[in-house]
Amino acid sequence: MRLEVDIKKTLQSGNRRFELEAAFSSQDDLTVIFGASGSGKSLTIQAIAGLVTPEQGRIVVGGETLFDDQQGVNLPARKRGVGYLFQDYALFPHLTVRENIGYPLKKGWFALSPDDRQEVTEIMAAFEISHLGASYPAELSGGQRQRVALARAMIKKPSILLLDEPFSALDSMLRHRMRMELLEIRQRFAVPLVVITHDPADVEVFGDTLVIFANGRVEEVSSRKKSATPESEGWREKVCWRAQWKKENLGAQRFVPVAGI
Amino acid sequence: MPDLTPLWLTLRIAACATVLAFGFAVAFAWLTARFNFWGRDFLDAVLTLPLVMPPTVLGYYLIVVWGRNGWLGGWLNAHFGISLMFTWQGAVLAATVVSFPLLFKSARAAFEGVSTEYEQAARILGDNELRVFFRITLPLAARGLLAGTMLAFARAMGDFGATLMVAGNIEGKTQTAAMAVFDAVQAGDYALANTLVAIMSVVCVTILVMTNRLASRGRAGR
Repeated sequence: MRLEVDIKKTLQSGNRRFELEAAFSSQDDLTVIFGASGSGKSLTIQAIAGLVTPEQGRIVVGGETLFDDQQGVNLPARKRGVGYLFQDYALFPHLTVRENIGYPLKKGWFALSPDDRQEVTEIMAAFEISHLGASYPAELSGGQRQRVALARAMIKKPSILLLDEPFSALDSMLRHRMRMELLEIRQRFAVPLVVITHDPADVEVFGDTLVIFANGRVEEVSSRKKSATPESEGWREKVCWRAQWKKENLGAQRFVPVAGI
Repeated sequence: MPDLTPLWLTLRIAACATVLAFGFAVAFAWLTARFNFWGRDFLDAVLTLPLVMPPTVLGYYLIVVWGRNGWLGGWLNAHFGISLMFTWQGAVLAATVVSFPLLFKSARAAFEGVSTEYEQAARILGDNELRVFFRITLPLAARGLLAGTMLAFARAMGDFGATLMVAGNIEGKTQTAAMAVFDAVQAGDYALANTLVAIMSVVCVTILVMTNRLASRGRAGR
């Protein structure tokens, strides 16, 4: 699975100006975009999903061009066929779990077809949320909400699943379990994942390709396969250590007063 | 038994006016809540104006625009031979304008209360803009819209000044309950005045209580 991103986007609000210049590509099915908050990583996956339009550049997912300003290609979000997991899941509060999951299948204005209903039932069983069908999102626990959101994102079999800080809303016990579940989902549905995070533990689990963002730029792209030959021991620790170091440094930089020390 | 014709007329006029106001208010509220365009604040102010202007001034504006020689009224009269002046449809027009800002304001607040993240999620899940609006935005704003609709209905029922200017006070034709009360008091018919006032008060209190309930439940949920 090939993901190619090379985009420019400027955000302006009052006197504050943010420039995103993101260029990276990944051949792996597990990609982590790592960076401090405000480094432009969220904006980047929003651009991949079609929620924001870059000023120029190119986005290619698995051979399909989703955006290319020179060719005049800009598919609307609804036609991109990507899955997206929002940070706080964005489950529709007025719909039950069943209706949320069946949402993308509904083409007309009325009830789902029997086939589609069957499909909803199956995916709910796969995510072990069959018993929650009639509940509303407000009645669910954090882990249940995430499963429902994943089931909803996966039911149309997206070509890629984008996850925006997927575990930040969970406590640490649950976080570990949901990471393992997400890996399982990746196996079962054979869907490539792009995970945005500022948590080094996510880098360890999902970072076959690690893209490090800082101040709207891609600072570094590294692939586990390339850097991690069998004899290079402890590459995980290295990646994690480096990620942690980056996090602390980038975090610290943000608080250095303008005048300097 | 006093003559209740004005009451039925009032209900009919208020119902028609609320339906009209609803359509316009939802359209403008969605526009101003979701898009940041040049002159948006000015548009909002103009649309809210009927809330603060004297109803007779509004009525005067309506005559200027819809009167037999007005900008739109003249055209209607020349091409179709229709005039809204001194008809119950004219009263609907007046009631629509006075009740519009209440609906518009509630609808805008309701739309702004719907997180755009839900709309984005719906787009990613395959919806076009029309479907996003009807499946996500409208249902999530429903409580606020309903509360605004009820307020607008109550306001439309009670209009006096604008309706008087546009539709006059013709018994059995354009005489609404508010005007019938005025006439009854002038004529010393306190039995009729009491009946009309009592009914109007009960209807309005009921509407306000229901609106408050909707609003408070809206805060508790979501």
